[in-house]
Amino acid sequence: MSPAGRGATATHCPYCALQCAMFVEPDGQGGWATRPRDFPVNRGGLCRKGWTAGELLTSPERLGTPLVRRGGELAEATWEQALDLVAERVGALQAEHGPDGVGVFGAGGLTNEKSYLLGKFTRLALGSRMIDYNGRFCMSSAAAAAVRAFGLDRGLPFPVSDLSGAGAVLLAGANPAETMPPLMGHLTAPALVVVDPRRTATAQAALDGGGLHLAPRPGTDTALALGLLHAARLEGLLDTGYIAGRTAGFEAAWEQAAAWWPERTELQTGVSASRIRAAARLLGTAAADQGAYVLTGRGTEQHAKGTDSASAWINLALALGLPGRQGSGWGCLTGQGNGQGGREHGQKADQLPGYRMITDAAAREHVAGVWGVDEADIPGAGVSAYELLDSLGTPSGPKGLLVFGSNPAVSAPAAAGVRERLDSLDLLVVADFVMSETAARADVVLPVAQWAEEEGTMTNLEGRVLRRRRALAPPPGVRTDLEVLAGLAERLGQPAGRFPSDPDAVLAELGRASAGGAADYGGVSAQRLEDGEAVHWPAPAPGASTPRLFLEGFAHPDGRARFRPVGHTPAAEQADADYPLVVTTGRTMGHYQSGAQTRRIGELAAADPQAWVEVHPDTAAEHGLAPGEWARLTARRGTMLARVRLVPTARRDTVFVPFHFGGDQTANDLTNPALDPLSRMPEFKVAAARIEPAAPGPSPAGAAPAAAGAAAPD
Amino acid sequence: MTRRSTLPARRIVVVGNGMTGARFAEEAARRDPDGRRVRVTLVGAEPGPAYNRVLLPGLIDGAYAPRDIALPEPQTAGITRLRGTAATGIDPRERTVDLDTGERLDYDELVLATGARAALPPLRGLAAADGTPAEGVTALRDLADQRRLAHLVRPGAPAVVLGGGVLGLETARALTGAGVRVAVVEAAPWIMRRQIDRACAQVLARAYEDLGVRVHAWRVADRWAPGSGLVLDDGTVLAGDAIVVTAGVRPAVELADKAGVKVEHGVVVDDRLASSEPRIHAIGDCASHPGGGAGLVQPGYEQARVLADLLTGADPAARYTGARPVTRLKAQGIDLTAMGATDDEAAEPGTESVVVSDPAKRRYAKLNVAGGRVSGAVLLGFPEASPEVSRLFDEGAAVPEDRLGLLQGRPEEAGAEGEGSAGGREAHVCRCNAVTRTDIEQAWLDGARTRPAIAQATRATTGCGGCTRDVDALLKAMDGKGAAKVG
Repeated sequence: MSPAGRGATATHCPYCALQCAMFVEPDGQGGWATRPRDFPVNRGGLCRKGWTAGELLTSPERLGTPLVRRGGELAEATWEQALDLVAERVGALQAEHGPDGVGVFGAGGLTNEKSYLLGKFTRLALGSRMIDYNGRFCMSSAAAAAVRAFGLDRGLPFPVSDLSGAGAVLLAGANPAETMPPLMGHLTAPALVVVDPRRTATAQAALDGGGLHLAPRPGTDTALALGLLHAARLEGLLDTGYIAGRTAGFEAAWEQAAAWWPERTELQTGVSASRIRAAARLLGTAAADQGAYVLTGRGTEQHAKGTDSASAWINLALALGLPGRQGSGWGCLTGQGNGQGGREHGQKADQLPGYRMITDAAAREHVAGVWGVDEADIPGAGVSAYELLDSLGTPSGPKGLLVFGSNPAVSAPAAAGVRERLDSLDLLVVADFVMSETAARADVVLPVAQWAEEEGTMTNLEGRVLRRRRALAPPPGVRTDLEVLAGLAERLGQPAGRFPSDPDAVLAELGRASAGGAADYGGVSAQRLEDGEAVHWPAPAPGASTPRLFLEGFAHPDGRARFRPVGHTPAAEQADADYPLVVTTGRTMGHYQSGAQTRRIGELAAADPQAWVEVHPDTAAEHGLAPGEWARLTARRGTMLARVRLVPTARRDTVFVPFHFGGDQTANDLTNPALDPLSRMPEFKVAAARIEPAAPGPSPAGAAPAAAGAAAPD
Repeated sequence: MTRRSTLPARRIVVVGNGMTGARFAEEAARRDPDGRRVRVTLVGAEPGPAYNRVLLPGLIDGAYAPRDIALPEPQTAGITRLRGTAATGIDPRERTVDLDTGERLDYDELVLATGARAALPPLRGLAAADGTPAEGVTALRDLADQRRLAHLVRPGAPAVVLGGGVLGLETARALTGAGVRVAVVEAAPWIMRRQIDRACAQVLARAYEDLGVRVHAWRVADRWAPGSGLVLDDGTVLAGDAIVVTAGVRPAVELADKAGVKVEHGVVVDDRLASSEPRIHAIGDCASHPGGGAGLVQPGYEQARVLADLLTGADPAARYTGARPVTRLKAQGIDLTAMGATDDEAAEPGTESVVVSDPAKRRYAKLNVAGGRVSGAVLLGFPEASPEVSRLFDEGAAVPEDRLGLLQGRPEEAGAEGEGSAGGREAHVCRCNAVTRTDIEQAWLDGARTRPAIAQATRATTGCGGCTRDVDALLKAMDGKGAAKVG
């Protein structure tokens, strides 16, 4: 849109992985306003979250001073007192329980620099194995599937602007019209095939544009993907030349898909055989003609078999000859703001920077060299996010936890149990900028800077490294996460300079640490980004950028992509007489993740102040529910309250709740922590539940801004 | 933990490497990939690898090639496959199985997955003296049958399908797809007698006639005359170079019978799939469970899963409690789903029926509701109703009030109701930024006369961009109105 005016800072949105470009500028009334900026991903667009993002910069709910729990209450403290206390308690806990007695929980919303330094801090300053992050709940299944198929995981191995040239795009478990609206600008020309149990805004857009909506029963996505592959073969639409020339393992994958002829797939998934055939035709015809894409989102990945589901979609894409071809492809729509960069640089329990594996001797040697330590000083692999949270305060788990940019009290599966674990800790430290539900339980709360108050880099869903710029100084009393890590490291006896608080210095070090790794940032520099260069990793040298991966070959030694012979296995929990419905969860336009930020923004909170449950009118009638009234949902692990919305396009066997609310409206109190064996992704998308009217409604906590909690870019 | 591995693995012999036998092995391998708990020996009479019998008709018209229908055969430590080998006897007391190779296998648990064989009706000319099919005659149960059929038929030449059940009709559809001139003969009053009602059968027959298949229901065949065709009892001759016999199956129970295992049609099994001999189990088409399920894939797979849970110890509480089978015809261009009791005479008292008959468009639907639940349904040409009606039947779930709507398979298009939705408020033109028509009109009145100006003032069009055309139309309308007022 219009160019930067005086005082306007060009940066990117604080929320999702689309990372829309925006200006931040004074609103003339003492606050800060945002407006869209022209950029390839958002092309001058913003959703309502982006338009209102400035409000939180001057919100009275902003934390402005460190808090330390004394006599049960959080009381103001100086930074020196707070950091001294944390260092002292960490030291004491580790003296008693060993280095793994203290762990770290990070986030996919943190900048590349913070993600990197957090991993380094855990391994060196704490000497602990115990780090993982909320991105485990987002990207891990797609990442695991992409690595085994292509040898490398980058959410979109192509720029989003490529999508508009395709003839058809299949979106499996992704709802961008609601969650990243400006992406839809790239999807107006292709015919859309939307796979989602709900008639989402994206599904409606597909129908309005002459495309298809396939609404499987939650937990049957893998069968549907196998059925589509089967139907594509029956229609003679497989790219046999590509299969022979660029892939391996088709026959074994087909043996699994052979069991899923369209009519049988219909019985399992609830998607009609005729629609399965139509979708296969639409996608397969486009693949052979203008090009086609298969894109996945959390809906199909957040399952206890999420890696297999993602692999099944990749198999479909490979069979149609899409990946590694210009104008076609497979991709995963990354969710969190830095969900891509956040998973590359050492926040994962088993990884070092640049996607290096912490168990790989050469990788350890390289990173130890950059860090200036002995390889033996880097601890081994820890455990995944839910396993970490579930072990807190137990004999085998950490007794202290440092949380950065995450709100697991609301966002973890079986959240009531996780809150219990958090409460059992001897030490919980939370760095955040609002009093999230997790911060409210902490022993020490550290107020940190927000997106427009600091510099750094983010890597968007297409692997493009972006510059986040500072528009204003943080309020007095607030520090950046990097400053917090530097201050703690110093107190924990680390040498001066090992944990720089200057983002560009960290970026330079990250570049060296990732150099030669899969996600190579060796050639990324602050200057290149300042100059507006489009830098997609791998970028091993100055001037290097890789907007499109795999055009020449895949990242396996033989250059071939791998089919995985995945079959369909049922969800971990089935509906039964006591819990007759399936509850599935997701996001809505006006809120982001645990809602810690968006519930504190007036316009967004006013539009969706409370949790709701989407119910088919027949199901509502059967369970005595009335529109607008409160209902109680109960699963094996917990219960929540939500107001009833009747949705005639819903499946009768499925209800939907958004997961943006806390207190007694916490959707994750219902969700199932059954984990994927490979990615360790919990089963957020399928839980058995029952529903009944709830007369009194909720307690005041848990709803919008006045809540005792709500927090971070979770 | 380690103690288990010191126990010897349980020896399981599976007789039959068809769909359920192979599936059992696959399920067992999934539960015990290292073969620590169970050692499975699969004995299969057919020479080649296991394949998907259900897709055999698809080989006729080239929808599949033979290798396309291979079943997964995981190569794991715990599984041994003996192909081209038949079991000839069982000794339940000694717990041994005799093979036609002269070998004898010991077992701890025996799984019979011997399936069923085509039943040749007692019709003159069908069988040779030794009981094998006569010239021009074949069944369609295995790959050998399919190869035989492929040699017998050719495009443009006539063939007869004897038996108008599911397999017969799928075969007829595939044959006509391959250019063969097909006649179907069914002795019962109508085709698919066990699955659909007469009215539906009549519409279905017309759908087949449209495809060039002649359907002769309630006709009695007299004899097969090689070189001529099938002679009916009234002397009519249906020309045919070949006749495919799809007139029912008989469970293959000889082994069990000889061994003294209780057989009633199939091998009688309980909820643990155990026969009258506790260490002998039966699954698939050779088994007879009070809850039914023989003859269909899904129940067979379910039985394989339950038995694998039990015999590997993965879930000692697993039980097979029967099936509520849904029949889904695989015939290109014909969409037919049937379940439960659809015949008026078979319906229980108090059944309410919703019937939609549209023979001209080859559509017919019937929904039988008893006690608020689907007791039976048949859907011909209603593809979008099929999944939900099947689900309601399978789960025994309450049938919605709008039964006709259910058959139409279309959700009401009304918007959502309830707190926080658009209900009671003005609808959004721009959903992403919650901008109403009133907001846009106000911005126009305030001087925003272009789309960018409207976007600046209201944020409309800056989200997904889906409302761009609507905003343009509003602008145009207001410009027109404004101009008229000024004029």
